Amino acid sequence: MDNNKELAVAALCNGTVIDHIPTDLLFKVVSLLDIENISSSVTIGYNLDSKKLGKKGILKVADVYFPEEKLNRLALIAPNVNVNIIKDYKVVKKYKVTLPDDVIGIVKCNNPKCITNNEPMVTHFHMEDKDSVILRCHYCERTVLKDDIVLK
Amino acid sequence: MKNESLVSISDFSKEEILELLDNMRYFEANPNRRLLEGKVVATLFFEPSTRTRLSFETAVNRLGGRIIGFSDASTTSSSKGETLKDTIKMVSNYVDLIIMRHYLEGAARYASEVSRVPIINAGDGANQHPSQTMLDLYSIYKTQGRLTDLTITMVGDLKYGRTVHSLLMAMYYFNPTFNFVACDELKMPQEYKDFCEQHGIKYTETTDFSEDVINSSDIIYMTRVQRERFTDLMEYERVKNLYTLHNSMLDGSKDNVRVLHPLPRVNEISQDVDDNPKAYYFQQAQNGLYARQAIICKVLGIDINKEA
Repeated sequence: MDNNKELAVAALCNGTVIDHIPTDLLFKVVSLLDIENISSSVTIGYNLDSKKLGKKGILKVADVYFPEEKLNRLALIAPNVNVNIIKDYKVVKKYKVTLPDDVIGIVKCNNPKCITNNEPMVTHFHMEDKDSVILRCHYCERTVLKDDIVLK
Repeated sequence: MKNESLVSISDFSKEEILELLDNMRYFEANPNRRLLEGKVVATLFFEPSTRTRLSFETAVNRLGGRIIGFSDASTTSSSKGETLKDTIKMVSNYVDLIIMRHYLEGAARYASEVSRVPIINAGDGANQHPSQTMLDLYSIYKTQGRLTDLTITMVGDLKYGRTVHSLLMAMYYFNPTFNFVACDELKMPQEYKDFCEQHGIKYTETTDFSEDVINSSDIIYMTRVQRERFTDLMEYERVKNLYTLHNSMLDGSKDNVRVLHPLPRVNEISQDVDDNPKAYYFQQAQNGLYARQAIICKVLGIDINKEA
């Protein structure tokens, strides 16, 4: 019921709604999904009231269905984000983002002597521990802990 | 093209490690085999390392291969700003195998992804140096007659010393017991102690290089406290002489104990240990030749028995 009310605010005919984004992470999410290069209409809700979070952010992206792998990147910074896939005004799929096994191209290695910080190349991490979010650099083999994750 | 690069010791299974040890024994008995006839090998040393380079180049020469390469990146186009990728792509057009050392961590893994030919990592920063690990394993195997159920004491710089980290990882197949002896500033990083705990490997940790620890050991693996690893030179001066092995300290040690050291040694093993039959570090360095011969044949898929 809640969900219907919320979506009714600016109901999407087709597209993707990303909900329950912690407000301080909203603009990181915008950048991770490369929203500024999307040509269809996008609604960005900031500091909206939320029962769960107090305040939250929401993104409504018309006519775009992101690859699940791209949405799962969000789990790196905001593990409780909800994704709603909308078709013909109806939520046809709803899920929480999940951490990927491999994180390619979006996280910076924190080791200044890592080759990825010294060559024009794509970073690559393996998810070593999904519970506490520990990444291991595919190249220099150092770990990056959740709180130390820096996005490129 | 199938890429059989060796970047990290963990690229090898237990069976592959045992097969390599067997092949190392073969090369010790037959060091001159022309198994690389007609092959060209590049040794790309972006960071100088005389010992490792000479050992690899001797291995190639004794196998009858030819060598191109450089021993110092300042004489190459990487000093003009060429990327590692471009250097590797160019060189891999010319040769059958690239042996490389680089000051950046992960350089060898990246090179193995862009190269047309296999890469052997001869050291990438503080990360991996698998041929060193193979010669350490061989030295242990040869002096103890086995790899299983040994007590290995690691002394000195356990924080930055990549040789001890790689050896620890490789020994996990063989039920070792470790003693880690280091000052607080240079103690074994938590992730390696976690590794031991996850795999049921027994270890003790102490700051005291005591008689008890020495007398319980089958292998004493000494390491150099490297000045270049310190940001605070005062700290270096304070800890550099804390863990020195003197001959008299071996008086009550087991008969089978052997002292290993990856070299170069500075003063962590005093000169009077050199003549003790328990000192093994110079023979250990010699084993590096056989390790490298075995590794070169392995990554090139050369079956040494078939062509015997």
